[in-house]
Parts: sequence; C-alpha cells; structure tokens
Amino acid sequence: MSQLAVEHLSIDFGGLRAIDKLSFEIAPGTIHSIIGPNGAGKTTLFNLITGIYTPSEGCILLDGEEVTGLPPHLLARRGMCRTFQNLQIFERMSAVENVMLGRHLHESKNLLGHLLRLPGVVEENRRSRAKSMELLELVGLGEQADAPAGALPYGALKRLEIARALAGQPKMLLLDEPAAGCNAVETQEIDAVIQTVAGQGVTVVLVEHDMHLVMNISNHILVLDYGRKLAEGTAEEVRQNPEVIAAYLGQQAEEAAAHA
Amino acid sequence: MPAWLMQPRTGGLLLLAAIMVLVYLAAPNNFYLDVAIQIGLNAIVVVGLNLLIGYAGQISLGHAGFFGLGAYASAVLPAHFGVPPLAAPVVGMLSVGLLAFLVARPILRLKGHYLAMATLGLGILVFMLLTNESQLTGGPDGMAVERLRIFGERISGKDWWYLITAAMLLLSVWLTLNLIDSPTGRALRALHDSQIAAQVAGVDVARFKVIAFVYSAMLASLAGSMSALYSGFVTPDKAGFIHSIELVIMVVLGGMGSTFGGILGAAVLTSLPQFLTVFAEYEHMILGAILMAVMIFLRRGILPSTLDLLARRRTG
Ligand SMILES: Nc1ncnc2c1ncn2[C@@H]1O[C@H](COP(=O)(O)OP(=O)(O)O)[C@@H](O)[C@H]1O
Ligand SMILES: [Mg+2]
Repeated sequence: MSQLAVEHLSIDFGGLRAIDKLSFEIAPGTIHSIIGPNGAGKTTLFNLITGIYTPSEGCILLDGEEVTGLPPHLLARRGMCRTFQNLQIFERMSAVENVMLGRHLHESKNLLGHLLRLPGVVEENRRSRAKSMELLELVGLGEQADAPAGALPYGALKRLEIARALAGQPKMLLLDEPAAGCNAVETQEIDAVIQTVAGQGVTVVLVEHDMHLVMNISNHILVLDYGRKLAEGTAEEVRQNPEVIAAYLGQQAEEAAAHA
Repeated sequence: MPAWLMQPRTGGLLLLAAIMVLVYLAAPNNFYLDVAIQIGLNAIVVVGLNLLIGYAGQISLGHAGFFGLGAYASAVLPAHFGVPPLAAPVVGMLSVGLLAFLVARPILRLKGHYLAMATLGLGILVFMLLTNESQLTGGPDGMAVERLRIFGERISGKDWWYLITAAMLLLSVWLTLNLIDSPTGRALRALHDSQIAAQVAGVDVARFKVIAFVYSAMLASLAGSMSALYSGFVTPDKAGFIHSIELVIMVVLGGMGSTFGGILGAAVLTSLPQFLTVFAEYEHMILGAILMAVMIFLRRGILPSTLDLLARRRTG
C-alpha cells in the first residue's frame, strides 16, 4: 500500500489553477523527488499535503486514510514533517530551541507541571536538549546551538530547518529545496543527511533544483509543469522521457547524464 | 559567578528579591512604600501581559478589564454575597479565568489591528458593566471594600501590603519563568515568530494562545483584587481604557519578551508621574517625551536594549 496517495487534487488561486487534477502515489521508505520549473506548483503541492492549504477538489490519503482538510498540527501527529523553501525560523529562539520545538509532539502537555517546574519537566528539558544537540551535530550546527537563530547565515538556517523537521521523528519528511542557496560542500552535507534519514526507513519527499542531487538519490521522480503531471518514473525513465527533455530538463538532463 | 546563578530563574529572582528588601529598608516614608506597592501590583499584571504580548506576540488592549473584574470581585463578593475577603480574590481569579477561556478562542483567531480592536471592545464592555450595574457596584462613584482579615488580624498597613505584593510578584515571576522555559513556553514563543512552522511541528496554535490569554487574565485579576483590598475602595476607571494602554506601554517600554524588563517598565511608568508632579503642568509633556525617546533610542525596550549595549561594549 502507498503511504501517501493524492487523487485528482486541484487548487485555484483566483483565476489561477496552481495544481490541476494531480494524482500520484508515494511508496513507504523511498526517496521521492518532485521537480519542475519555477511556478510549476511544487511548493503549493507541499502546502496542500501538509494541510496549510485546503484543496478545491480531490483528496489526500495518508496510510490509506483520508486526511483532506485536516489542519497541519493534526497531520504532524500522523508523522508528517517538513521544511520551507522560504525559511520559517523561530528567530527569537536559539538554534537548539528551534530544534527542541520540533520535538513538541514528543514532549509533555502538563501545564501545571510546566508552571511549577516539576522534576519531570527539568528532566524532559534536559533530554530534549540532548536529542536536539545530536541533530544539530548531524547537520553540522553543533557549534551554533546557543546562538539566536535570527543571527545565523542562510545556509545554516536551511540545515536548521532540516534538524527541526527531523526532531519530530517523522515517518514522512518533505523537503522544499533544502540545498537552494547552499554551496557545494553544504549541498553534499545535505545529500548525506537525506541518505542517512532515508536509510532509517523514513519516506523522503524532495523538491530540489540541483539535478545532480535529484538524479543520484531518488527512487522515484515526479515531473510537474503548470500544476499537471508531465511524467513520472525512475531517474532513468524520467531522464529519457522526450517530453521532459523538451519541456524542462533539456541541457540540464544531458549534463546530468554525462556525469552519471 | 557560577553558571547556575546567571539564570533568570535563580540570579534574576534573587536580584529582584534583594531590590525589594533594599527598597523597603530605604523608603523614607509611607508615600514611597505606597508607590512601591502600586508598582508591584502593576508588575504582576505586566508579567502576565508580557507572556501574551512579548512572548506569544498577541496584543491585548483590554487587560484592565480583567484587573477591574478582579478588583470588583474583592468588593462585591464580600459585600453582597457573604464571601470572605480572603476567598474573594480566588473566586475572582477563577471566574475571570473562565471568562477569558470562553472569549479567547474567537478573539485570538484575529490578528494585528483586529485583535487590538476586539480586546479593546472587551475592556470597554467590562468598564460599562461595572459603571452601569450601580446597585451592585456603586456605579461611577465606586464602592468601599471590606478589609482583609487573616487569623482575625486586620490587614491594612502599608508594611503588610508591601510584603504581600512582593511575595505575589516573586511567585508570579517564578511561575512565568518556569513556563517560558518549558514545552509550553517554547510553543508560545514559536508561534510568535512563525505560526505556520509551529503548526507543522504539531503545535495546536489556538490552544496555546488560549493558555497565554487565560494566564495573563488571571494574573491581572489577582492584581486587581489585591489592589482593591489594599486601597479599601474601587472605582471603574481601574478597568478603563487608559489603564489598559498604560499596561501595554509598561510591557513595551521595559522590554517585550523580557519578564524583568516588563517589571522595570512597570516601575518607570508607575513612579514617573508621581515624581514628575514637581513639574506641575508640564508633567504629561515630559512623560510623553521620555516615552518617545525610549522608543527611538532603546527600541527593544529599556532592559533588553541596555543589556545589548553592555554586551557589545564588553566584546567590542
Ligand atoms: N497563496 C497563493 N496565492 C496566489 N497564488 C499562489 C499562492 N501560492 C502559489 N501561488 C501561485 O501558484 C503557482 C505555483 O507556485 P509554487 O507552488 O510556489 O511553485 P514552485 O514551488 O513549483 O516554484 C505560481 O504561479 C504562484 O504564483
Ligand atoms: Mg517552490
């Protein structure tokens, strides 16, 4: 059974149909990439899947259950975590607190305990911090743990978002252009993190412009154009699809093929 | 200094307690003690309001309404319903908490100017209610408040009230600092910076806004109840718009998102008018000029901006 299934999904913004009767499935434990030119609707699709937008038509199934229209925090409870293309950072909190917030669903809700700072809460804070530190180390931000997040450079914030999303212990991780604006070394680090995470059985849904990265690590690729499915399949299938080459990949695909 | 002493919850609270003792010892007469008590009462409200405005980023222009309801709980419950004056603040806090809980969800769905308008309306509603229900509240003239008795002892002196106010302020600060450094506090601070990212991480944003709103309303009610029992008299203007604005100014002036900054703001704004009276008719102009200067030169509020300056001087 597919972990995520999208059926006839559409959304309209005024006169613009940003996603148009889109259907596809994502198998558990795979790296599933979504590519397409700017404005193709990739981010919009993420916003639909994570409950930030409500579709105009169609439905979304998670683990076989319909979740269309559920708010983001309830989808998070079902193991969905994501990062944002246009960073959404808690700038007034420290880097490590950003990651600790990612563990929200795994922390206690006992308000009275929080007010009185009961021993359990102290212990929980300590544990949360330790686990968040591990994730910061994983993305190479261990040194900056106590810096205010607002003071970190762009490339660091991109990785901070990944650490925060991982803190939720996702079953499905959606990454929206995680390597955009990052240099070659940072991109390689992000690549390694994605592979590590996928190796642990987490389903990764990746939107990325770096074709080298996409072609190398994806089990499955979906190509979007004007909100519609242009093609899908393995990296090899997509690379050789004439429509994809004509519409989008063109030069890039040939380059990637030459590299591979 | 050891690291554990540099925390707000340890060093900060100790420093606050030390200042309280010093002020008590140094106060030349009862006038100063009275100003200090007024500061403490406002500070209790501001500590809660700062959690709502400064940490969670939700404005309220109606918190004097909750202060007023607390004040009238201390007055009306003993006078008309036979509730002992010691229990009245508790009943008041619970009722105000319930009221805040009921209105919070619809109100806090609003943002920015709309939220400001809705809370303003709520405050005005409470003010009108207290002014118009004159059989119960004495109307615009207000009413006398039965004095507090503890073990038969009548609590009315300034020394007693200084002690009670100081203790309650320390308690409020301690609880609030605990909350800020807990999963609840992180959720509140997170939704301030990015509601979407908080939601995606599983934060039920509506629930946490309600928590901050109810908590701050209950602290305002407590301070109101104490203020009524202390002064022995209540009038509706403590629930009015002007007081609501003053409370917000204290938060902004002292430092949004800084609990101790808010207390400093309460101290400055409560005491300045008292000491500016020597300037007679220029009092309000000078007060206005000081506020403008602080906002222009110390934009993040007195305490955070000053600490920043000091830190920068030390490193650079
Ligand atoms: N909230 C919105 N309101 C109006 N138009 C939107 C909104 N979000 C996205 N769009 C439009 O939908 C189209 C797809 O955008 P987006 O999903 O960001 O593309 P991509 O991520 O593939 O670059 C664009 O034309 C964009 O302008
Ligand atoms: Mg995008």
